[in-house]
Amino acid sequence: MRIGIIGAGAVGALTARELTRYDLEVYIFEKEFDVGMGVTKANSAIIHAGYDDEPGTLRAKFCAKGNEMYSAVAKELDIEFKRIGSLVLAFSDAELRIIEELYKRGLENGVPGLEIWDRDKILAHEPNINQEVLAALWAPTAGIIEPWMIAIAAVENAVENGAKLFLNTEVTDIVIENNKIKRVVTNNGDFEVDVLINAAGLYGDYVSKMAGVETLPIHPRKGEYILLDKEEFGGFVKSVLFPTPSTLGKGTLVTPTIDGGILVGPTAVDLPGERKFREDTSTTIQGFEFLMAKAFKMTPNIDFRSSIKTFAGLRPETPIKDFIVGRTKVNGFFNAIGTRSPGLTAAPAIACFLVEEIQEAMGITFHRRANFNPIRKRIRSYIQMPLEDWDRIIEKDPLAGNIICSCNKVTEREIVEAIKRGARTVDGVKFRTRAMFGSCQGGFCSHKIMKILARELGVDVSDVVLRNEKTKILYGKVRT
Amino acid sequence: MREIPVDVLIIGAGAAGMGAALGAAREGVQKVIIIEREDRTGGILNQCIHNGFGLHYFREELTGPEYAERIKSLLKDYENVEFKGDQFVKAIDYKNRTVIVVSREGIVLYRPKTLVVTTGARERPMGGILLPGTRPAGIFTAGVAQRWINLENRKPGNRALVIGSGDIGLIMARRLTLEGIKVEAVVEKMPYPGGLERNIRQCLKDYDIPLYLSHTVVEVRGKDRVEEVVIAELDNNFRPIAGTEKVFKVDTLVLSVGLIPQTNLFKDFLRTDPWTKGIVCTSSGRTSMNWIFAAGNCTVIYDLVDWVTEEGEKAGKYAAFYVKNGQEAAKFPLEKGQNVGILFPNYYEEGTNLNIYLRVKKPMDRGIIRIKQRNNLLYNKVHASLMPSEMVNVKIPEPKIGVGDITVEVVEA
Repeated sequence: MRIGIIGAGAVGALTARELTRYDLEVYIFEKEFDVGMGVTKANSAIIHAGYDDEPGTLRAKFCAKGNEMYSAVAKELDIEFKRIGSLVLAFSDAELRIIEELYKRGLENGVPGLEIWDRDKILAHEPNINQEVLAALWAPTAGIIEPWMIAIAAVENAVENGAKLFLNTEVTDIVIENNKIKRVVTNNGDFEVDVLINAAGLYGDYVSKMAGVETLPIHPRKGEYILLDKEEFGGFVKSVLFPTPSTLGKGTLVTPTIDGGILVGPTAVDLPGERKFREDTSTTIQGFEFLMAKAFKMTPNIDFRSSIKTFAGLRPETPIKDFIVGRTKVNGFFNAIGTRSPGLTAAPAIACFLVEEIQEAMGITFHRRANFNPIRKRIRSYIQMPLEDWDRIIEKDPLAGNIICSCNKVTEREIVEAIKRGARTVDGVKFRTRAMFGSCQGGFCSHKIMKILARELGVDVSDVVLRNEKTKILYGKVRT
Repeated sequence: MREIPVDVLIIGAGAAGMGAALGAAREGVQKVIIIEREDRTGGILNQCIHNGFGLHYFREELTGPEYAERIKSLLKDYENVEFKGDQFVKAIDYKNRTVIVVSREGIVLYRPKTLVVTTGARERPMGGILLPGTRPAGIFTAGVAQRWINLENRKPGNRALVIGSGDIGLIMARRLTLEGIKVEAVVEKMPYPGGLERNIRQCLKDYDIPLYLSHTVVEVRGKDRVEEVVIAELDNNFRPIAGTEKVFKVDTLVLSVGLIPQTNLFKDFLRTDPWTKGIVCTSSGRTSMNWIFAAGNCTVIYDLVDWVTEEGEKAGKYAAFYVKNGQEAAKFPLEKGQNVGILFPNYYEEGTNLNIYLRVKKPMDRGIIRIKQRNNLLYNKVHASLMPSEMVNVKIPEPKIGVGDITVEVVEA
C-alpha cells in the first residue's frame, strides 16, 4: 500500500515515521528545501502540559497524550527534551480564579503533578519573577525542545526505515476517482497513492480543497519572538513562565530554550487568510514593544539589550480553534490540519491516532515490519565529551578538532555530518548543529560554514543559499 | 593529552595580542605563546585593507594588513615567542590555572603562569537591534560583508543601505562604492555620526553618499532577498515619526551597529563592566584576577588600532613582570564624573603610568577634561569639539599620581 504525506513538519514527519513501522510504501512531499521549515520551525518550542485545552476538544485529547509520549519519542530519536516545568502566574484575584480553573481542567485532562504554588514557593524557584506575583499553577511535565529537530530527526528515521522524501515538491492537484484517492500531482511529477495524509500546515485547507473536501478555512496567527543571548541571560528563568491566559491564547511567555538562551514571545495577531499572509513572518516594532511590556510585567529584570535574534512564526488557526484530524468523505484522504498550539505537543499522539484511523476507516490491517529500527542517533557533538576521548577521536579525525562555530563549539565534523544527512543550506546546517545560533549569530563563522557547504556540495561559495534556491547570499565575484 | 607549561599565554593574535607578545617578549620571559582562532596573525586587521592605521604607533600611515605585517616583523627578533594558529580555547579552569585548547592536532592543556586576554570584539547582530520586517538573504554585518569583499573576493549585493555610522559602517560604505555596489545611504539613529570626522569626510562626502541622522529602519521587505528597506526619522524619544518614511530599493543591508567585547570565555570568573561589557582592568591591564591581564577591544572598544597595540604591549609587559616577581600593587578606582560616557581603565594600579581613554556622553563644542585624585588635580585641559564617537586619550605619568580614588569629568568650557 502506498501512503503519501503532504508536509514534513512535526505532524507529517512523525506520522511518516509511525507508518514506517508497517509494511507500507511511505512518500513524504515537502514543498520547501528542507523539512520542518514552516510552522514547526518558529514557535515557542514548548511541550505543553495540557491543562489549557477544554475537555472534549481534540486539543485536549492529543495534548496530554502527546506530552506523555515525548519522553519516548525524544529518547528514540535522540533529541534533547527537558521537562523543566511551567508556571502560570497570577497577579490578581481574578487571575487566581482562572488558574484554579486551569488546575481543575488539567485534572480532567489527566495532566499529572499539577500544583498551585504560593508567592514564596514561586520566588524560591524563580527569583527573577515579579515580586507582586500572588500564585501560580505549576505543571512539572511541561518541557522544552528544539521543534525543528522533531521534523529533522523523525524524517531521518523514517527515511532510514524506507520512507521516500521528496523535497521542493509542491502538491498542485489531487486526483480522485470514484470517491477514492488516486494520484497526487506535484511540480516534481505525479505519484499514485492509496492513502493521502494532509499535514500541510498553513496550506491545509487548500490541500483539502484539492481533494474535494471542504474544511474550515485556515488563517495565520502571527507570533513574534525575541531571543536573548545565553551568555548574558542564561539561567535567568528555569521554567516556562506564562501569564494567566486570555481569550487570545496562552499569552506571551518567558522561557529558557534548549540551547540555553531566553525566549520571549509570542504575540498573537490574526492575519487574513489570503495566501500572501500565510508567508508573512515579518516582525514589527509594535510586536517588539508588546513583547517587552509583557516580559517586564512577569520578569522586571529582563534586559532586551541582550537580544540576539528576532523572528516570527505563523500558527494555522481555524474558527473552531481546534485540530481537524481524521478521515474525510473521500476514501483514503485524511486530514491532520489546523494544528495550532498545542500542535507540536500533540504531534506524536496525532501520528499514532492516524495510523489507527486509517486502518479503521479503510477496513484494513497494517502488518508490522520486523526490521523497523526506532532508533535515530543525533550528530555527535564533542564539546561535552571527556577530553581524553575527544583527543583520541581527533587523532583519527582532525575535522573533529576544528571548531568552526566558536560560540556553540561546533566542529567541522558536525557540519560535514549535517550536510551528509541532508543539510543543503546555511539554515539547514544551523538548525542541525546549532552553529551560528550563539552570541555572534554567525558573524565569525558563517563564511567558514558557507565554504564547507560549497566544498561538500561541489559548488562555488556564491551558489550557497540561505534557505532555498532564491536566497543566494553572494552575487559572484567582486573582481574577476 | 599534551600539557604545555608557559610563562605568558596570549589568547588572540590581533592588534592587542601581537602587542602583548611584544611587551612580554621584551621583558625576557622564557616562553610566550599566542594562540589564535584563524590561521594567521593580525586578526581583523587582515580584512581592513584601507589605510589610516599606524599614525601613532609606527608614525606612518599603513593599511590593516601592512600594520599587521609590521608588528609581526617586530616579533621576529624574539625567539621566546611562538604563534599557534587554528586553535580554539574550549575552556579555562581559573582555579587550576589551565587552559584547554582544541585544534586539528588534538587537545592541549596549557599551564600558563599568566594569561593575557586579547580576544577583541564581535559585531552586534541584526537581532541585537530588533530590526523589524522580514529576514531574507542580503543582510550582513559590516565585518562579514568586508570579509567577503576583501578576503574572499565575493560580492554581497548590487545596491546597499548601510545602517550605523560607526567607523566600520563608513568605511564599508566607501568600500562597497569602490567595488561597484551602489550605496544609497548611511542611516544613523543618533543625531550625530558614530564614526570619526575624518571618515565622514573621506568615506561619505567624497563619494556623495547621503547620511541620514536621527533615522532608523522601520521595515525590511523582501521574502527571499532584501528588496526594500524603509527608514523613518526618530523623535527625541527615539520613536519613528509617522509620515517621514523613505523607501530604498536595495538588495543588501549592511549593519554596523556596534561592537561588543568578546568575553564569553571569561565572564564566569573575570569581572566585566555592566555598561561597556568589557573586561574590568587596572592601568597595568590586570583584570580582577591577579594572574590574568587583558587588552584591546575585549576591554573597551577603541577608535584606533594603535591604542590597542599600545595597551596590549603594556598588558604583556606587566604579565611578564608578574611572571618574574609575582607582585601586585595597590589599586584605586577611576570614577566617572559628569558627561563621561565611557571610561577606561577601571582602576589605577600604583607604579604605572595612567593612560585614560574616555568618551563624552554628548557632543560638546568646548569641554574641560578634569581628572582629580582626591584634592589633587592631575589633569585640567580644554578640548575642542568633543564627540561621543571620538575617544579621547589622556596620559598621566606615574610621578604625578598619589593615592586615592580618581575622578574623571568633563565640564562645559
